[in-house]
Amino acid sequence: MNNWQTFTKGFFKENPTFVLLLGMCPTLGVTTSAMNGLGMGLATAFVLILSNLVISLVANLIPDKIRIPAFIVIIAAFVTVVDMCMAAYLPSLHESLGLFIPLIVVNCIVLGRAESFASKNKAIPSMLDGLGIGLGFTMALTILGAIREILGSGKFFNMTLYNENYGMLVFVLAPGAFIALGYLIAFINRIRKTN
Amino acid sequence: MGKKLESSFKNMVLVLFLVTLVSSAAVGVVNSFTSGLIEKVKIEKQIQAIRAVVPAFDNDPMAEKQIVKADGGELEFYPAKANGQLVGTAIKTFTNNGFSGLIELMVGFTPDGSIYNYSVLSHKETPGLGSKMDSWFVKGAKGDITGKTPGTQGLQVSKDGGNVDAITAATISSRAFLDAVNRAAKALAESAK
Repeated sequence: MNNWQTFTKGFFKENPTFVLLLGMCPTLGVTTSAMNGLGMGLATAFVLILSNLVISLVANLIPDKIRIPAFIVIIAAFVTVVDMCMAAYLPSLHESLGLFIPLIVVNCIVLGRAESFASKNKAIPSMLDGLGIGLGFTMALTILGAIREILGSGKFFNMTLYNENYGMLVFVLAPGAFIALGYLIAFINRIRKTN
Repeated sequence: MGKKLESSFKNMVLVLFLVTLVSSAAVGVVNSFTSGLIEKVKIEKQIQAIRAVVPAFDNDPMAEKQIVKADGGELEFYPAKANGQLVGTAIKTFTNNGFSGLIELMVGFTPDGSIYNYSVLSHKETPGLGSKMDSWFVKGAKGDITGKTPGTQGLQVSKDGGNVDAITAATISSRAFLDAVNRAAKALAESAK
């Protein structure tokens, strides 16, 4: 697999949300609006790139039996750093995303990529893998968030499309997340089958 | 890729120790230069919230903060003064009755006990329903509570016989909101005695 394929597979072929079905908890929880999805996706992508880079560099120094705790410590350190920097330098962004940042630690995508890709590959492909998967995750969350926001509250990135009172409230609530995600996965599978 | 380090007991202990040491050192370093800034941002936010809910003042309400215990929690009183005269009191209040738990508000009262304004500090209510509380109860809106004097009686939603219109389809959040406001009003009325 060349570098280009490593980068692009995260968008469609191995999209973490629609195909690998990883990281469902933040996916369903935070996508009440397109903006939330975008922010959560980008924060996750940032952590993915850094943790993939560091883990690919130190993978050979970590004995096999303790690789999981070692990876989790590294990932948690990055998430904490991101959280603190955001709170200090971008307080308004931190206010809207603050709740989700610590959730990145328990996002299985990050650990999954560390385990299945970064620990077996060199630094550059690992970073590309993190970037591709991270942006694929961002894309999926933004699409899901946009659908829920449009159907549920009649807005798109906070721009009003139609009167909020006609929105289907269920799409803002948890059941709507499952319904929208189910249809999206069915749609993606349909495209994959015909290709 | 080169050869992996063997999983011997000594290696495992050493590596895990080093990984945690380096990680915690990195977090510590970042914390040392962000903690001051984070603190400043928090104080700035608090002052802005106070400024939004009481008439213009020229003292430092943060320095004159008083803590009053009420219903198993703490309310923070911030007296706002202009030219030495009390023009209002901002009270940081809370309720645990929200649809999803804790709601924190800053409510401003004028010296006669009527509500001047409020702002929502934190909540976990349903987006699109309970979350509307930050604009529902303001001056001129449907559930306008400004100018009302809850006193020790408290305000209630119209469903419960009161005269405040609840947020459509979010009566629980509205009741919780008023619960927080009433808690502050009661504490204020009692402290004035």
